[in-house]
Amino acid sequence: MDRIPILRMGPYLLVTVQVDMHDRLAMALQDDLTTQIDRTGASGVLIDISSLDMVDSFIGRMLSDIAAMGRVLDAETVVVGMRPAVAITLVELGLSLEGIRTALNVERGMEILRAGTDAARDADREFVDRDRDAD
Amino acid sequence: MSQSGSSRLPALLARHEDELLADWVAEQTAPGAPGAKRVREAELREQCREFLRLVREAAQSEGAQRLKGTPWDKVRAMLNDLARSRGTQGASPSETATFIFSLKRPLFSKLRAELGGDAGAFAEATWTATEMLDELGLYTTEVHQQAREDVINRQQQEMLELSTPVVKLWDGILALPLIGTLDSARTQVAMESLLQALVDTGSSVAIVDITGVPTVDTLTAQHLLKTVTAARLMGADCLISGIRPQIAQTIVHLGLDLGQVTTKSTMADAFKLALKKTGASIDRPAGRS
Repeated sequence: MDRIPILRMGPYLLVTVQVDMHDRLAMALQDDLTTQIDRTGASGVLIDISSLDMVDSFIGRMLSDIAAMGRVLDAETVVVGMRPAVAITLVELGLSLEGIRTALNVERGMEILRAGTDAARDADREFVDRDRDAD
Repeated sequence: MSQSGSSRLPALLARHEDELLADWVAEQTAPGAPGAKRVREAELREQCREFLRLVREAAQSEGAQRLKGTPWDKVRAMLNDLARSRGTQGASPSETATFIFSLKRPLFSKLRAELGGDAGAFAEATWTATEMLDELGLYTTEVHQQAREDVINRQQQEMLELSTPVVKLWDGILALPLIGTLDSARTQVAMESLLQALVDTGSSVAIVDITGVPTVDTLTAQHLLKTVTAARLMGADCLISGIRPQIAQTIVHLGLDLGQVTTKSTMADAFKLALKKTGASIDRPAGRS
């Protein structure tokens, strides 16, 4: 069975969906992605769907699920490159993909991930500093 | 056994072609004939000659009785061109149809001259010719109508696209000033062109300005919300500006929840916020107030 490749880019995972997603492929991606997040300790996942012509409610749900699973595993998910027609369809279906961050293209998506990681690192440092002060 | 009306026609057309042509052209160019001055006589003569030739060929071929059948395709194609070209020149449908109907008088007088003695054959031939000419005349009217409708449809489409321009305000900031009543078709076009422009320019903020929209009903508000949500799905922020007091009242009275949508009263305010979101800023030069 086909699999959607998951590329590693520093602390982030990059998934570019190039083929039409059918349901089983989507489930496989969900499996692979959660495994990879766990194994690599990635802090962000970028899913590029700019080659997708259509997204049905199942794929929409799956994207939401992946984002939620990522959050549980401490990785932020950004979906990038959604086409206007796809966005309109999803809205007509009543799916607004709450809880998913979106960006226009891969570059912007990366910026969002970096900003998020930087903020997290700052927060960590503050936490560590506070710890040290307490000692 | 006498010849049937339809098989008599081609022979008649062939025998009297020149006279028919002259009479027919005279009929159309006579002072007072509708559209007499519209087409040059040489061109008209050429069109008439072509028509007579095609009709003769069509009437000779198999299955000529069925005017909708293939033998008449060439005639119809010729009339199609003729009606369309006259339509674009501004001719009325009746002027175009007169091109066909004015053939009746010359044709019938020829028929009478040939068959005058045989009342039955004359009536039959007249009926066949009338039927044919009426059908072709109506066809020109239909083509004329169709050509006009095409023009209207094109204009409608152009108006839809022209009335929803997407304007680039700044690097990464687009604006969509909406003017006039928003119906579903317009909102759909506006939404599509805005989203496409977001992708094409890589802009991250869009301002939808509804200052020029007189009323907002539930449907319009819903469309606006859809646009905002779709833009968010694509990774862009969408601000709505220019909500007038009456519209604000309507929105609240209708119980619409614009909850997660950023709204500003003027486009300037929305633009300021958009600049902030994209990290740009405009400074007033020092010393000026």
